[in-house]
Amino acid sequence: MSADARTRLGDRRIRRRRAIDRLMRGLLWLAAAVAAIPLVLVLAFVLIQGLPAFNLALITQDPVPAGFPGGGVAPAVVGTLIMVGLGTLIGTPVAVLTGIYIREYAGGRGATGIRFLIDVLAGIPTIAVGLFAYGLVVVPMGTFSGLAGAVALAVIIIPTVARVTDEMLGLVSGSVREAAYALGIPPWKTIVRVTMPAAATGIVTGILLGVARIAGETAPLIFTALGNQRVTASLAEPMDALPLRIWVYASGPYDAWHQQAWAASLVLVLLVLTFSILTRFVLRRRAARLA
Amino acid sequence: MSAPAAEYGRVPALLAQHRPRHGEPAFRALVILASLTVLAVIAGLVVVIARESLRGIAYNGPAFLWGTTWDPVHSVFGALPFIYGTILTSVSALVLAMLIGVGVALFLAELAPRWLAGPVGFMVEMLAAIPSVVYGLWGIFVLAPWIRDYVEVPLHDTLGFLPFFTGNPIGIGNLEAVVVLTIMVLPTVAAVSRDVVAAVPLSQREAALALGATRWETIRLGVFPYARSGIIGAGILGLARGIGETMAVTMVIGNAPTISLSLFSQGYTMASVIANEFTEATTDLYRSSLIEIGLLLLIVTLLINAAARLLVWRVAYGASARNVLA
Repeated sequence: MSADARTRLGDRRIRRRRAIDRLMRGLLWLAAAVAAIPLVLVLAFVLIQGLPAFNLALITQDPVPAGFPGGGVAPAVVGTLIMVGLGTLIGTPVAVLTGIYIREYAGGRGATGIRFLIDVLAGIPTIAVGLFAYGLVVVPMGTFSGLAGAVALAVIIIPTVARVTDEMLGLVSGSVREAAYALGIPPWKTIVRVTMPAAATGIVTGILLGVARIAGETAPLIFTALGNQRVTASLAEPMDALPLRIWVYASGPYDAWHQQAWAASLVLVLLVLTFSILTRFVLRRRAARLA
Repeated sequence: MSAPAAEYGRVPALLAQHRPRHGEPAFRALVILASLTVLAVIAGLVVVIARESLRGIAYNGPAFLWGTTWDPVHSVFGALPFIYGTILTSVSALVLAMLIGVGVALFLAELAPRWLAGPVGFMVEMLAAIPSVVYGLWGIFVLAPWIRDYVEVPLHDTLGFLPFFTGNPIGIGNLEAVVVLTIMVLPTVAAVSRDVVAAVPLSQREAALALGATRWETIRLGVFPYARSGIIGAGILGLARGIGETMAVTMVIGNAPTISLSLFSQGYTMASVIANEFTEATTDLYRSSLIEIGLLLLIVTLLINAAARLLVWRVAYGASARNVLA
């Protein structure tokens, strides 16, 4: 083979490799584009379909009889507020203290072990958490209840908040702790008065993100809170929730229901997106400042 | 006092010795108690669900796993249609989500210009934040009619002789469930894979580039082998998410306990039968059998999650933390 022929062969190979390179890079760009489409579509439809019924009546009025226009989903709004609020109150302290234990006390293997278990807890299907709350609260009480729903939501918020606390405490520089120790402040007081305040913004936004998440949960509420046509503040009786109402309305045959389901979805999506964007913004700023 | 550097970490302990107070042990007890509570919740999940399903387990026996008839009226409980539906939809969705998700991960970590990587990564993470029931609503009213008219009908007309495309395309069934699930599994796969790929040492890429590799060859030869086990872990995490996903699937799959190869056929998954039938379960046995399905679901997802976390952690420790938060 002459040198000339070898060069030509090499040229061909290079050209082929470059062609494959271009093709694969194109496919990766395509994958990114395809992945971005669903979000745009879902948000666009929720906005367009949800806006017409997105008004004050939606959150202040009781449902009207099936098939009639008008009315609102007030019982669902109230129920979601109560159960999400109570679930957060139950779950958050446990989760924050667990996060503190992992980061400040557990040390090496202990921390890894608990983090692992918490990540596994985060991966459990939320419908299984609902079954847990059913067996734990509904069976002994003998009735579906807002309390049972709140317990299920409390379990679901724990992994998010525990891991946020863990991560945020990890961002606080060691020299801050050492400065406190040097002043003779005991570790627990250092955590409560120095480390936690330094990490507070991040932890609070993490909690808000967790709140937004559990506000959108449906599966764990089906056989705990059950749903209710009327506004109730009693934790001992069935309670409505926005996601439950969306499910019922979406599965029904009436246009008025569908409209309200879209509008209620808009409420949930706005809630989740606001807190997600906020969290991302705050976390990034803190990570940059504390690093 | 001339404490050497090595003594640094022991200072708090020394202080505690010198000035005994109750604050420290009390606070320590408090945080340990909280951690034990979390561990108790995890154990309690298994125990309580197992207890509630005892009646079903005793009545149904092991045939529960391969029984094909689900007839609550006559107290015949076979879970195979649900197990089949769960595997069919979640595995199909995973395959699609892996193709797109690993592509997105490589794009974000290797190709994307910085100004684009941020927004695209954010959009993919936002996919995970949208509530399941909203996907279900969108699935019923937007996605399903579209798939029926532009995907199912042409497929039925041209390839209707294949077992995958038999039956009437009505826009509710396995295919719709697979598409919705793909969208919901995608962020898990993409986000975890991206962290794994980003954790591959720069030297791997530099070595490949120095040998004259193209960008794709760098990815294929330098990055991919290093990230492979982590990417597999990401896939398994996605599988667990797909298996446990409830509402969106329930709303579009049609909820019929049939075992069919056809993508147009209505189906049922383990999670969706629990969601759909639990409040209608009229007898204790019926309810307990549904909880037995829940127990199965719980055990499977626990094992899958544990395996996946271990795989991912080996490659990118801490990556999964970000994904709990993402």
